Amino acid sequence: MTRFLLRRLLWFAITMFVVMSVSFVLMRSVKGGPFDQDRNVEPAIEQNLKKKYHLDWPMWKQFLHYVGPLNLDERGLFGEGERSGEKKFGGVLAGDFGPSFRYRDYTVNDIIGQSLPISALLGIVAMMWALALGISTGIASALRRGSGLDLAMRLAATGGIALPNFVIAGFLIVCFVFLIPLFPVAGWGSIRTMILPGFCLGLVFAAYISRLTRTGMLEALSQEHIRTAHAKGLSPRTVVMRHALKGGLLPVVSYLGPATAGILTGSLVIERIFFIPGTGSHFVNSAINRDYTLAMGVTILYTVLVYSLNLVVDLIYTLLDPRISLEDG
Amino acid sequence: MKENADKRWDLGGGDMERLLAEAKASKGESLWNDSLRRLKVNKPAWWSLRFLGLFALMSLLAPLLPLRSPVAVNTASGAQAPALVWGDGEYMADVAIGDGITERNIQDSYWDLSALDQTLVHARVGIFGRWQTGHWLGTDHLGRDLLSRLVWGSRTSILVALAATFCSLLIGVVYGAFSGLAGGRVDNLMMRVVDVLYSIPFIFVVIFLITLIGDYRMLLEEKLGLDREKVFYLVIGAIYWLTMARVVRGQVLSLKNSEFIEASRVLGASTARILFQHIVPNVLSIVVVYLTLTIPSVMLFEAFLSFLGLGIEPPKVSWGTIAVEATSAINPLRLFWWMVVFLAMAMGSALLALNILGDGLRDALDPRMRGKD
Amino acid sequence: MPTPYGARQRRQGLAAVLVIGLFGGLLYLASGARLEPADFTFNNGTEVSTLDPATVTGVPEGRVLRAIFEGLVVKDPLTLAPEPGMAESWEVSEDGLTYTFHMREDARWSDGHPVTSEDFLYTFERFLNPRTAAYYAYQLWYVRGARAYTKEVDADGAPINDFSTVGIHTEGPGTLVIELEAPTPFFVDLVGFYPLFPVSRRNIESAQERWPDSWEIRWLRPENIVTNGPYRVLHRRVNDRIRLVKNETYWDADNVALGTIDVLAIEQDATMLNVYLTGGADLIDRVNTNVVREMMEREDFTPVPYLGTYFYRVNTTKPPYDDVRVREALSLTIPRAQIAVDIMKMGQVPAYGLVPPGMPGYTSAECRKEDTERARALMVEAGFPGGEGFPAIEIHYNTSEAHAQIAQVIALAWQRDLGIRAKLRNEEWKVYLDTQNTLRFDVSRAAWIGDYVDPNTFSDMFVTGGENNKTGWGHPEYDRLISAAAATVDPVTRLEQLRQAEELLMKELPILPIYFYVTQNVVAPRLGGYYENIQDEHFPKHWYWMDDDELAAKRATYTHGKNLVDPHGPAAGMYSPAEMRRRAQR
Repeated sequence: MTRFLLRRLLWFAITMFVVMSVSFVLMRSVKGGPFDQDRNVEPAIEQNLKKKYHLDWPMWKQFLHYVGPLNLDERGLFGEGERSGEKKFGGVLAGDFGPSFRYRDYTVNDIIGQSLPISALLGIVAMMWALALGISTGIASALRRGSGLDLAMRLAATGGIALPNFVIAGFLIVCFVFLIPLFPVAGWGSIRTMILPGFCLGLVFAAYISRLTRTGMLEALSQEHIRTAHAKGLSPRTVVMRHALKGGLLPVVSYLGPATAGILTGSLVIERIFFIPGTGSHFVNSAINRDYTLAMGVTILYTVLVYSLNLVVDLIYTLLDPRISLEDG
Repeated sequence: MKENADKRWDLGGGDMERLLAEAKASKGESLWNDSLRRLKVNKPAWWSLRFLGLFALMSLLAPLLPLRSPVAVNTASGAQAPALVWGDGEYMADVAIGDGITERNIQDSYWDLSALDQTLVHARVGIFGRWQTGHWLGTDHLGRDLLSRLVWGSRTSILVALAATFCSLLIGVVYGAFSGLAGGRVDNLMMRVVDVLYSIPFIFVVIFLITLIGDYRMLLEEKLGLDREKVFYLVIGAIYWLTMARVVRGQVLSLKNSEFIEASRVLGASTARILFQHIVPNVLSIVVVYLTLTIPSVMLFEAFLSFLGLGIEPPKVSWGTIAVEATSAINPLRLFWWMVVFLAMAMGSALLALNILGDGLRDALDPRMRGKD
Repeated sequence: MPTPYGARQRRQGLAAVLVIGLFGGLLYLASGARLEPADFTFNNGTEVSTLDPATVTGVPEGRVLRAIFEGLVVKDPLTLAPEPGMAESWEVSEDGLTYTFHMREDARWSDGHPVTSEDFLYTFERFLNPRTAAYYAYQLWYVRGARAYTKEVDADGAPINDFSTVGIHTEGPGTLVIELEAPTPFFVDLVGFYPLFPVSRRNIESAQERWPDSWEIRWLRPENIVTNGPYRVLHRRVNDRIRLVKNETYWDADNVALGTIDVLAIEQDATMLNVYLTGGADLIDRVNTNVVREMMEREDFTPVPYLGTYFYRVNTTKPPYDDVRVREALSLTIPRAQIAVDIMKMGQVPAYGLVPPGMPGYTSAECRKEDTERARALMVEAGFPGGEGFPAIEIHYNTSEAHAQIAQVIALAWQRDLGIRAKLRNEEWKVYLDTQNTLRFDVSRAAWIGDYVDPNTFSDMFVTGGENNKTGWGHPEYDRLISAAAATVDPVTRLEQLRQAEELLMKELPILPIYFYVTQNVVAPRLGGYYENIQDEHFPKHWYWMDDDELAAKRATYTHGKNLVDPHGPAAGMYSPAEMRRRAQR
């Protein structure tokens, strides 16, 4: 177990380094800077703007300063100068993602701190929809394989991946906001505001989960111990619920890691349409605004989340299936 | 299925003989014939395949169809509801200068067409003359014919999906197969690299790559003949190969150690024979399945990029760009239902068919199902 | 391997506890800061970049700043004429060079301290100091010595000159004197412009003391920021809302009606319309062109001309666009009426000049109207009969549905009328800006919004080498006319010089004007104290909710048959304390 975790940690460090350097280089190699506007700025002012955000430094120094843990700003490093209170430490390794360039009244830490709980909650609602829809339709169609019910369920489940979610969201808004006023049209706060966006976001994943459940169940149903259970005269209900389902759900569990990552970034469209102040929109907006620090911040956040979620999934996997040991991973 | 499965557990007496006979019968069929037979039995999948074939044909032959120009604007009329007008004789009336259809007019009313498409357009003029369809499915806000846009849009979307999937296929299969065959440390390392790449938020990378392309578009177009669209395929393909590599590697690995490979090795089959007789067909089957499932997600990804304004450039049209235009059509003041409904029908049915076909293919190509119905 | 029953049970229990705990925690976190609905909600179109008046440039920031700060002068909400704000009165010297502002005695910051001339001196010094990096610093360069103070910096970026070289000084806490380089008739309007709103020195300096490494962000936090306007900031969340509450220390708080205002940051057109229609917002700032036909029939949508011009820049350094005949041919074949009427649909006016209508005393000089025959003849003259030999022209624009629609219509028209090949090229905003700045385009979409009501805000853009010229075009006569106008006191002569400059511009056509803007606000019918105006500037200070009687009276004045819609707001209205007293007396 310890060895497994250590190995994971090492790869995590390598991944982080790669992700940080790739996004750092990518970001600064595209045209346009964070302060470009349609009205050009006076050179003296631009010079000071760049200075303020260390954009006048060579790239390597900016990168080192960004990664930390040493604050390379002279005032920070030597603790002297105009502002003697400058911290000696800074950068990502010191837990400081720097100031945002687009939302200048906030640090990246502020923005992520504000938006992440919202995104996480939206993600959880979406995941609950996805699991509820996906698993139920998956089981139903596995049990009635080849029947009309199977086909209908699969059609419904595939519906989620047959249309872009912004089109589906539009349909749902017309139906459940304007025709039958059940939900608010946009915004974030009460549980009622979460249902529609959660559903739209979860639909794609419901389709995949349904398919995985169906396959997993079919596999599990054909296995020996299920046969034995049937032979022992257990009711079909017990067999399905207690024995087959568990085996059948294993592929679903392993899908949860990638799905959560998908929900995080996929929430972008849903966040825009339903006006939800989550993290998803920052993935694209920060890149388009050339908000270097925020873009790096959300990228790092994504990597950490995906990595740790995959780890959690692996751990849950061993809980569900004792035959798999961590040392194999 | 239950009946078949039961036999496996009851190998006494005469059943054994029957099983052997069955095995002999199934041996004579190649994997592909067998699979095709089973696919035909799967009604929904078989119909999906036919539907998709027709669809692809229609897309390919779009220039031959007597459709209105997908880009000809009629702003004065604005968005018109579908009308049951059979058609009219004013071919490309919106852009024609003077009389006669010249090369130039054709170019103007579409975009840069390839040589094949131009030939098709000429053939169309030969067949239909100046006749073109009415606005059967209505028009969009700029008064462009929706039917024509859907057909021409399907072309772009299908092309993007196929090209991107092909890119992912090429990289993924080579990488995955090599990793799986090499095994050991090499395999471990290669898969870890894939893991690392997985953790990079790819939306982010796509945005930057597409922006970068914009910077160097002159260079790319002149020196390498790559326009934005082609680079677009490459970029999407370069992202989707990761899953393909994993899938292929997994299959190769499990095949390498599987009993029937062991068995044929024991029976003295050469490595080449094992590779081409057993491994390649089995890997191909999973690749085909994966392909049918990747194409829909690439199409949706294209729509997603269009939503962000990073997709296909106008005046070219794709389903993604139509979908984005459709979003503003859904509003409580006035519902431009035709802009959404027909798109949803076209896109939904095509992607649904692809998914059903993919599921069907998976069932049909599953080696464990061989020789069974 | 078999697992003991108990162990499995324990594992499952653990997993369940984990999941439930996580969900509960998140629910708690997300529902933490729920606010009561505000009295009034308006959509700002995007998140503001900052609330520091010195460093903002955008329209959305301006809307919030006008609610929380107040400059030396304020504007009349209808006519935009300057009115006393923090300055109770002001005098201009005979030569038009010296402005003396007398401070209002009862003006207070939201922390209770009086607003004095010292505050403005500090604000203007901070604003002009290149260290502050104020984008709009040039707005104060009409002041003596200000340009040099901002522009002349040492290697480190600090100003070389002392601030005493700038013509701004105080005469006691109640008087502020500003000396100008040259007479500037619109200077009083300028000091009411939002970048020149005052900031509190105590606010910034105490933040510097308390948080030496993060004061630049901290002083703007809702709990720290000190303002002097009718509202103060209560709460902010990125990409969500800014909650403003009435500032009771404001000198004219007696005349402020609304208790709380929410400023939303919805970017998606369809979403903001939906939110408005379901009562979630009472004012939205734009409408998608696709629903304009429906909106035009409603009482809550009345576009008026807005001080902005939509035009194409032509790269005059690149052949064949260096040929004025080619540029004119392009201009003569732009289907302006079609764009204004059929695409924009809100009453936009086809533009044949740079300066929008509505400048008092100024008549715009216009280029020739559409004329395909003349355009073809010009192309023949330029050596491209019927478009033969003309390279494919690329229309460059930033990614947006509306720009794409316009570009497609123009491309089709050029193809049809001139016989040339036209292609579209869209770029994402920042790349688009870079392409424009480095002149790597044929024609490129652009727009300009006037900062103040004077033709100069448009005309001075195209002087040779001007920062926002971006066409490569320059003409000595144009430069001469612009600088002559800047030095002229007599308004009639001055405007005539500017008109001559525009005439020259419209003859040379380094830009192809397309249409003039209109405002696009959708406003709840019950909202009072709100007026559409040429600068699309609105003043929350004057806003109130009408009661049913007043609303009925307002509706009775409609001259066109407009559809009545949900008026939003409380039926009893919401009035300021002063108004309530007046009503009680009546």
